[in-house]
Amino acid sequence: MEFSDLIRTGRAQAKLLRGPEAPPLRGTLCLTGHHLLLSPGPQATSELWLLLLRSVDSIEKRVASDSGTITLRCKDLRVLQLEIEGVEASLDIARSIEALSSLESVITSFPFFYRPKGLRLGDAWHFHPPERYYKRVARETNAWRLSEVNEDFSVCPSYPRAVIVPRSVDDGALARSARFRQGGRFPVLSYHHAPSGTVLVRSSQPLTGPQKRRCAEDEELLRAVLLGARPGARGFIVDTRSSQAAKQARMTGGGTEAKAAYPGWKRLHRPLERGQPLQESFVRLVEACGDLQQSTDSWLRRLEGCCWLAHVKEALSTACLAAQGMEREGACILVHGAEGTDSTLLVTSLAQLILDPLSRTMAGFQELVEREWIQAGHPFQLRCAHSAFSHARSKHEAPTFLLFLDCVWQLGRQFPLSLEFGEGLLLALFEHAYASPFGTFLCNSEKERCLCEVRTRTHSLWSGLNQPKERRKLRNPLYAPNPLAIWPSVELQSLRLWQGLFLRWIRPPEPSEVAWEKVWQIVTDKEKTKLSQPTVSASEPQL
Amino acid sequence: MVFSLRKHSPQPEKYTLLLEGVKVENVRLVDRISSKKAALGTLYLTATHVIFVENAPDTRKETWILHSQISTIEKQATAATGCPLLIRCKNFQLLQLIIPQERDCHDVYISLIRLARPVKYEELYCFSFNPKLDKEEREQGWMLIDLSEEYKRMGLPNNYWQLSDVNRDYRVCDSYPTELYVPKSATAHIIVGSSKFRSRRRFPALSYYYRDNHASICRSSQPLSGFSARCLEDEQMLQAIRKANPGSDFIYVVDTRPKLNAMANRAAGKGYENEDNYSNIKFQFIGIENIHVMRNSLQKMLEVCELKSPSMSDFLWGLENSGWLRHIKAIMDAGIFIAKAVSEEGVSVLVHCSDGWDRTAQVCSVASLLLDPHYRTLKGFMVLIEKDWISFGHKFNHRYGNLDGDPKEISPVIDQFIECVWQLMEQFPCAFEFNERFLIHIQHHIYSCQFGNFLCNSQKERQELKIQERTYSLWAHLWKNRADYMNPLFRDDHSQTRGTLRLPTTPCNFLYKFWSGMYNRFEKGLQPRQSVTDYLMAVKEETQQLEEEREALEERLEKIQKVQLNHTKVKAKQSEPSKHSGFSTSDNSTANTPQDYSGNMKSFPSRSPSQGDEDSALILTQDNLKSSDPDLSANSDQESGVEDLSCRSPSGGECAPSEDSGKDRDSDEAVFLTA
Repeated sequence: MEFSDLIRTGRAQAKLLRGPEAPPLRGTLCLTGHHLLLSPGPQATSELWLLLLRSVDSIEKRVASDSGTITLRCKDLRVLQLEIEGVEASLDIARSIEALSSLESVITSFPFFYRPKGLRLGDAWHFHPPERYYKRVARETNAWRLSEVNEDFSVCPSYPRAVIVPRSVDDGALARSARFRQGGRFPVLSYHHAPSGTVLVRSSQPLTGPQKRRCAEDEELLRAVLLGARPGARGFIVDTRSSQAAKQARMTGGGTEAKAAYPGWKRLHRPLERGQPLQESFVRLVEACGDLQQSTDSWLRRLEGCCWLAHVKEALSTACLAAQGMEREGACILVHGAEGTDSTLLVTSLAQLILDPLSRTMAGFQELVEREWIQAGHPFQLRCAHSAFSHARSKHEAPTFLLFLDCVWQLGRQFPLSLEFGEGLLLALFEHAYASPFGTFLCNSEKERCLCEVRTRTHSLWSGLNQPKERRKLRNPLYAPNPLAIWPSVELQSLRLWQGLFLRWIRPPEPSEVAWEKVWQIVTDKEKTKLSQPTVSASEPQL
Repeated sequence: MVFSLRKHSPQPEKYTLLLEGVKVENVRLVDRISSKKAALGTLYLTATHVIFVENAPDTRKETWILHSQISTIEKQATAATGCPLLIRCKNFQLLQLIIPQERDCHDVYISLIRLARPVKYEELYCFSFNPKLDKEEREQGWMLIDLSEEYKRMGLPNNYWQLSDVNRDYRVCDSYPTELYVPKSATAHIIVGSSKFRSRRRFPALSYYYRDNHASICRSSQPLSGFSARCLEDEQMLQAIRKANPGSDFIYVVDTRPKLNAMANRAAGKGYENEDNYSNIKFQFIGIENIHVMRNSLQKMLEVCELKSPSMSDFLWGLENSGWLRHIKAIMDAGIFIAKAVSEEGVSVLVHCSDGWDRTAQVCSVASLLLDPHYRTLKGFMVLIEKDWISFGHKFNHRYGNLDGDPKEISPVIDQFIECVWQLMEQFPCAFEFNERFLIHIQHHIYSCQFGNFLCNSQKERQELKIQERTYSLWAHLWKNRADYMNPLFRDDHSQTRGTLRLPTTPCNFLYKFWSGMYNRFEKGLQPRQSVTDYLMAVKEETQQLEEEREALEERLEKIQKVQLNHTKVKAKQSEPSKHSGFSTSDNSTANTPQDYSGNMKSFPSRSPSQGDEDSALILTQDNLKSSDPDLSANSDQESGVEDLSCRSPSGGECAPSEDSGKDRDSDEAVFLTA
């Protein structure tokens, strides 16, 4: 299939409205396979305006007698309006955008064509391999080993090739445990908390089914987890479903660990919202944010009605519970829900951020996202196919990753000095997860990424973000390493709506930009003064 | 061992003396958020404070409450553990005490009721408060804010406005100041005539003059128009205001009340201006609710804050239901309307409500703040409060219940103004020279009665009481400690923060946020654990120090090079570790304690007593209370900035495994056991 088949009109004259705060642009509108371009007339001073078609979430067209208006709602929550001369032209452009923005093929997507200056293909793809994290674990404990039982993705299609498992459990047992877990996601190490010697482990639900089946190897695996921590160590299984839901899952072949089969482990249920209801909550929040005509009271009512902040609270408290179990109680923690690819990862990654100072650095956080989300098999392609505006919603979309970013933002708000990265990085990750010129968030698992040769044929987002020119936007100028755990408050008064994301295109951007500049200025002033400090000894008169 | 309170005598002066040194032991202070841990300690009642000192030997944490801060005292039903006493404060602190003996509790209750409701000004703290300043210093303190200077700064007097002495000795209006600016064409005859046609004789007078275009903001009370009454002098007065602004052929008359309220007033012979009777006015209602609605709204919002483990939906629903943010927005909208009329249209505005001392003060000061960057500086903000609130007779005593009075007169009028300022600070982080702490401390002292500024209901009363000779000025105290109140992000050089603050044209309801830093300020666990403001101020200070050091070093270097010493080895002077070098790592005490995340499930049993190792609470002795920092004596807990987070620590102590015997026997909705 050729892109040109889908492009009905090459170009048209148009006016672009980018919201109340930005001036409108006029020029020639062009459509390519991956982009919408607006090139201003030759006398105009402004530059070419470019929009990745992949980031269009929904499109709405309206025609008048001799012109048409297209409203583009983007996945990053921007709303754009194009006023196009000519009814035919505008309808053709609208249909073309519709067709091109919803292409499903991965290998014809833009990342496979994107060749930015200054970056080399293959850079940073080896930035955060699981082996690297294993090296760190191996320095801290020898109870764990790197297993390549999943080398060809046959044991678990959603796991990476290498996973970290208890040293005493052999690959055969892993494979058998995998058959007892949904999607083959047997328990693997997520995080080793060196100060307490405890571990955070994640998996999917066990396939106990109505007959309450058991699996000796799975039981052995979890026993080995406790033994690896310390003799007599206790464990807690944090199930991200309600006990009711976990029980019901037995009917469809799933279930939960039977108490008698796993001595030393106790189960806690912390229901977290997922899937459709979470997506619904996101959609309703974005709707409420976009409605500028409502009164103060109805704004609060809608904020309450969408429950987003309640989900933030639940996610953070569950992560805190897991972290607290490790750090304060010296217990091992296993987290799973049903598939183990959504709320499970939310909890394990947040718990690490709370406990681990390294994951709060720029590099550490990128590593965390790569390891706990991308390689751990969060199905980005399914979950982030559409954002909050699309009408064509399949049932796989869910803003789990966005919820994670929101929780990280809340942590950053409560501990403004403790994260090395700023809001800029979180916003960038949100944007790129939904539509990106980079290959990092493509596909649903390592296996699919291998099949599509993502590593060799696209650029990594990390190499894009870590270019020196980007870093200042992403960094937190206030960062001061904090070696302690950061325990956030999850009380309602402490959680705020993430205005920087949800109202990013609605509130005037200047005040916060001016403040940001000032913060940088204060911090760099100090650095400069420090550097310009003369050293007497150096310029001392010599004998 | 329990000491009972001595019975008090009816004379207040003697009574306070009698109470000194009274204490009750084995009282427990309950932490409101986690009911799991209560601190055991001793309760003291002094002439001015309630003091609770914890027994924990390593901290001896103290909580001080000024009697004037006490809003309500509630004695709850006696339980097996003792008799609970709930003290709510006007600065939003909430204290729950459990007193072992019912009799003691009753005595404390009765005493506090009396102490919290003084009947004479002389009982208030400011008359006994002594920051050890000499007479000259005190007088200088009162001279810090000078309103005649302020009118000069506005460019007055000029061809259109003059200082009037019509209210000399408060002859015309006893709630107005003696020095007022009025249009030059308004003769004494017109003013006096107009004053007779206005509630409480509060005739139109100048609040703010915008020198760029001669437009002005004037204020008054409602006219006594009833259904048809007219007053020639009042009509001439408004005409004079219009003439004082040659650039415009009309003035706005803004009635800040809802139309219904204003109409109801007509039946009582009051009301609003009839556009037909006054030439060239445009009349406008704004719809800010009255003091009773506001009092109830705050009450409702505080009830939401007090809910025990509410859901997010309870909280947001309760917040909405209280209407508080809607009222804040109404006041802001009125201020924005006036600021726009003045700066963009160049039209003068006359503002009134009923008496012209509550909503009018709010609206005039919000508009001034938007219009003039001077009011967004530390000193300018003090001037603004002095001008629109203190001098124009805002009834501080009645509104904030300094003396025992009619509870229906109490209303958070200035609290709302202070919150409006905070909401603006959130929207424009670089526009204000001062920070949130400055607002919070002003709010605190409006109720504390530690300084004389906010006493009484009018300038006249303050003069009769000789406030300036007998008490100290808050402004001088704040100015002395201004380093604490600076906003490091303040940019007076930026186009956005110079001149009029431009608010977005689209209505932005989401810009109005719940002010946790004020209403939950005593629950430090709810606040961000690290302060950006403090950090940046410290960085700035360090930069300055480094610069000074560099200068000193360069000087030395020059000397060395001149002398050309060959034999002495000059050791490089290491830059001294600045006193702030330790700030970069976060405060251990705040970062290191998890709260109770298990909710009602009690999966992690809280174990008490906590180790308390995170606490390094400041111990205040009576000595330093009386000396240097009056703020500390006002409330040690708030000012020390060290909070008792350990109360929510789940670490240490006993725990009982409670297997969940409920529906799911297999599930361990239970406990973490101690290893």
